[in-house]
Amino acid sequence: MRRFSDDWFVVLAVILVVAVGLAGCSAPSNSATAPAGPVNLTGAGATFPAPLYTKWFDEYNKLTGVKVNYQPIGSGGGISQITEGTVDFGASDGIMTEAQLTKAESKSGPILHIPMTSGSVAIIYNLADLGTGQLKLTGDMLAGIYLKKITRWNDPAIVALNPDLKLPDAAIAVVFRSDGSGTTYIFTNYLSKVSQEWSKQVGNATSVKWPGDIGGQGNAGVAGQVQQIPNSIGYVELAYAKQNKLAWAKLKNAAGNFIEPALAATTMAAEGVTLPDDMKVMLTNSSNPDAYPIVGFTWLLVYVNQKDKVKGEALVKMLWWAIHDGQKYTEALTYASLAAPVVSKAENEVLSIMYQGQPLISR
Amino acid sequence: MMKKSEQATTLLPGLRHKEAAARPRVGDRIFSKVTLFFALLIVLILAGLLIALNIDAWPAVQKFGLSFLTSVSWDPVREEFGALPAVYGTLLSSLIGLIIAVPVSIGSAVFLSELAPEWLCRPCSFLIEMLAAIPSVIIGLWGLFVMVPFIRNPIEKWLGSSLGFLPFFQGPPFGVGFLSAGIILAIMVIPIITAVSRDVMRAVPITQREAMLALGATRWEMITRAVLPYCRSGLIGAVILGLGRALGETMAVTMVIGNSYNLTPSLFSPGVTIASKVASEFSEASGDLYIGSLIELALVLFGITLLVNIIARLLVWRSISVRGGGE
Repeated sequence: MRRFSDDWFVVLAVILVVAVGLAGCSAPSNSATAPAGPVNLTGAGATFPAPLYTKWFDEYNKLTGVKVNYQPIGSGGGISQITEGTVDFGASDGIMTEAQLTKAESKSGPILHIPMTSGSVAIIYNLADLGTGQLKLTGDMLAGIYLKKITRWNDPAIVALNPDLKLPDAAIAVVFRSDGSGTTYIFTNYLSKVSQEWSKQVGNATSVKWPGDIGGQGNAGVAGQVQQIPNSIGYVELAYAKQNKLAWAKLKNAAGNFIEPALAATTMAAEGVTLPDDMKVMLTNSSNPDAYPIVGFTWLLVYVNQKDKVKGEALVKMLWWAIHDGQKYTEALTYASLAAPVVSKAENEVLSIMYQGQPLISR
Repeated sequence: MMKKSEQATTLLPGLRHKEAAARPRVGDRIFSKVTLFFALLIVLILAGLLIALNIDAWPAVQKFGLSFLTSVSWDPVREEFGALPAVYGTLLSSLIGLIIAVPVSIGSAVFLSELAPEWLCRPCSFLIEMLAAIPSVIIGLWGLFVMVPFIRNPIEKWLGSSLGFLPFFQGPPFGVGFLSAGIILAIMVIPIITAVSRDVMRAVPITQREAMLALGATRWEMITRAVLPYCRSGLIGAVILGLGRALGETMAVTMVIGNSYNLTPSLFSPGVTIASKVASEFSEASGDLYIGSLIELALVLFGITLLVNIIARLLVWRSISVRGGGE
């Protein structure tokens, strides 16, 4: 017994030494980096674009020395942080609700939704003998499947649309995303647009009351369930489906064409939707004949009236860079770049940002 | 006892009258104040936590009142929230976990403390404690990719075809669901219950065992009549510790329970627990009522854990007094 407690003392001592050592290592580097950059910006929000933002802010730091600290805490968190004014910008995959806008505007005035990139949602499935892009679906059918109205793969409607495929006489296992997410927001927005019944019974939000069957945690959870459960269907963001080579369906768009999810078809979606000046618009069910139908922007949320001149100027310049030069990094990270009409609308938004009534940059 | 203290005083005659009276008292006083501060700090943190949770949950408490506990709907779009399926899922998955874990844990603890030779006991105990140190997210991933397919194909298919007439084994065998969550929880609580039970059994005085053996008892009789009754309250404590972990476990359960807001008797059905629901939806929740409802859900879990602890205390007291009366 005595030996045993001696061992524990040794272990404790080692832990202490290591901890002190680590603290010793990290302390100087912390204090050294703090005053290095001329300006520090902080942002928080959506997780979906986080890899792109990390790349951007890294590149931007190399170019200008401005340090941008981005925390991917989720769109909901991003909205509440910018509302409270604890960050310089928020980020969200969804449009702020009326209640959120009222709350934010009563605190610090009007707030902008500036699009940064767009993402799309791929419909993935697990059917024996069926490869990627072979199954065709319409929005109506998709809503029927997720409402549990269409319950079998050999449903007459699905068979009629896919006469050449061998569809099994089996129940469809429906997989949804259980954590609140922008992906779900875009997906349910699309279903609400194409199906009245969906919009009445379920609706559009980052998390909804699903009629069935299985919830997966994150893109990986949904894809994992779909890959494991035979005869299942699910939805994940395009980047995830692409990187993991998942089998996806072709979807019928508003113009009647069957489109595979792809970056070009995602970018195209913005050119078939009326873009309002405030850019608070969902790109789902675009009328562009080449557009994939389940597409949405992801936005940075910025107050029009900046409270700090130096920070405001740095922020506006960073935003300008992101919607122009930053776009060249999108494709490599499987994000869709902004279409030309989107960029010009976003430019106007960035130019409208002010400090004490004066615009921070001009063209 | 008397003898010992007498010895102490005779050994330190000078100290007792001169220095002991003046010097160590100051240190003692500081020490007692410092420890008092720490003890109060814990109480303060708990109180602060409760107050903060209550403030944030207030919009939901005000809107739904008691119907929050009985409603089965969770609809963020229409802002209708009820806790019943989550409470049910929490209790059901923990119950399944305990049903599996308790016999395994107590059995292995009996082996380790009473029967195993020393050379086997040490590595065995070490490995069981290692199992407790595996992060829950790793166990969850293992569960999702290794255990769930196995449960889906042989286990649920077999249960469904042979015991499908029972309401517990009906519905499509998805693999994910209450059953998988229960099994994952069993795996996670077995090391805790085993380690505590083993220590509790070791603490049973050797004289108890020797007396029993001297009366001509077999080893089995010695364990069941002398060891287990003697440490019953400790064993209940061990089980409750395990239950506490099972009720609050989040990550591993979220990965294998299927996260569907269901209230059905079928163990195959996907469901939710309180912890998994809160963890899944909190980061993207918006609006005071939605966030309030999630926090109220957390308060309900707090209440359940409190209740479990109170019941455990009562059980432990009862078993002590029963034993005391018997002796």
